[in-house]
Amino acid sequence: MTPIYMDHHATTPVAPEVVQAMLPYFTMEFGNPASSTHSFGQRAAQDVERAREVVAGILGARAREVLFTSGATESNNLALRGVAEEALERRGSAHLVTCAIEHKSILDTVEDLQRRGVAVTILPTDEHGFVAPEAVKQALRSDTCLVSIQMANSEIGTVQAVATIGKLCGEAHVPLHTDAVQALGRIPVDVQRLGVRLLSLSAHKVYGPKGVGALYCHRRVRLREQMTGGRQERGRRSGTLNVPGIIGLASALQRAAADREPEMIRQAALRDALWVGIRERIPDVMRNGASDGLPNNLNVSFRHVEGEALLMAVKKFALSSGSACTSDQPQGSYVIRALGRSREDAHSSIRFGLGCGNTLQHVEQLVEDLAAAVKRLRALAPVEPPLPATATPAPVRR
Amino acid sequence: MSVSGPAFYSATVLDHFENPRNVGDVPGSAAVATVENMDCGDRVRLSLRINDSGIILEARFRTFGCVAAIAASSMTTEMVVGLDLESAVALTDLQVAAALGGLPPSKVHCSVLAERVIRKAIENFRFVTGRSGEEERQ
Repeated sequence: MTPIYMDHHATTPVAPEVVQAMLPYFTMEFGNPASSTHSFGQRAAQDVERAREVVAGILGARAREVLFTSGATESNNLALRGVAEEALERRGSAHLVTCAIEHKSILDTVEDLQRRGVAVTILPTDEHGFVAPEAVKQALRSDTCLVSIQMANSEIGTVQAVATIGKLCGEAHVPLHTDAVQALGRIPVDVQRLGVRLLSLSAHKVYGPKGVGALYCHRRVRLREQMTGGRQERGRRSGTLNVPGIIGLASALQRAAADREPEMIRQAALRDALWVGIRERIPDVMRNGASDGLPNNLNVSFRHVEGEALLMAVKKFALSSGSACTSDQPQGSYVIRALGRSREDAHSSIRFGLGCGNTLQHVEQLVEDLAAAVKRLRALAPVEPPLPATATPAPVRR
Repeated sequence: MSVSGPAFYSATVLDHFENPRNVGDVPGSAAVATVENMDCGDRVRLSLRINDSGIILEARFRTFGCVAAIAASSMTTEMVVGLDLESAVALTDLQVAAALGGLPPSKVHCSVLAERVIRKAIENFRFVTGRSGEEERQ
């Protein structure tokens, strides 16, 4: 039996119309956009530029400010490394500001840059996952070359005040980068209104194909290229363009933009029904993240139940967990921990990621299954509080 | 972050997770211990009923933990019944994992708790009762 997919923060299925839009580019229109000497290449170049205009239009950017990449991990790497390396070379020092609940493609990149001599400030969040804009402002230094704050979190759905942060950064003449992967197609994303100079996005989170994404980079931001070679994308990203992927990306963004509002009202209603159902049926649960977060996200800690065990006990659904035992993070999800939650609460957290295919029937079935599974697993759990590792029970001589 | 499906775990692991054996507590047992994995927070409590000859007659568990931790606890309660204390102390996590049809490499640490909890329960029993479990058999 195929489980019901409710893990849309991880990835989404490619929409049929997106597949249709891509298909000709595998066989008929297979040209390399760099091959300007014949019509195959010319048509490919033309269609890629059309796709670029579509993507730019949706973001409120200019076409020349959009460059195509292999996905958001590459976009994030290019943004952070590209800006920091340029600053380091031109000014001799560079400082980056980011926050504790960014995606690993930001945090691990920042850590690597730190080893290479870039100064780094990682801001904490409050218990709902919010970064205080004022804290960003206070972190700025004379050598701050970039601030990177995500639009929305992939685990807890918290939506940052990027526009406010963008305004503060603008006043200080520091470019702001945002990872908009989870936000795109769910909440409005407009680079002008957000005041961002760089923005990363990915196709496969919005019902497009895997392996393609884009980086919006304002025309005045200097970026050190990370891929050298054929000087595609104005020299900022070498490599033959993934034409079917780029067409798929544009098609997916178009599709998402067309029905975003009604679809997100629908998903938010499902999300609310899921939370109400869980709270009514299951005692001792706690919501992680802000209640006004992404409309398709719900993250809940089911106390005294380990996340992976709960996932396996609701087999009819494909979900994910912040449990240590599923994520190779011994302390549990670093995002949940950053909210100030205990290791056990992180260990007990489940992420629900709603999508286009989910219905109220799914939600009702899920609440039933969760209630039964939590009850069963809690009956297995020791009820006493955890013992310190070294404690020995008090000796009782008979 | 997602858990892989049945292929990730053996059929025996899934059976013990879905139908755990010997859940609960042996009332008034002196051979009881709780151990916790300080890394991931898994917690197992084991209680044993031991007869005058030092043979384990009954074993019960309670576990807060992942699928592998629950299955390893359940399997442990089946494996120790009928053993004398020396043999029970000698039981290793590898034997428990093998009886479960193997565990994925990232999950082997979950069966270590089973080994630790048996030793701790028997250690507690010996401490509380002053019995080594050896002399009775002679």
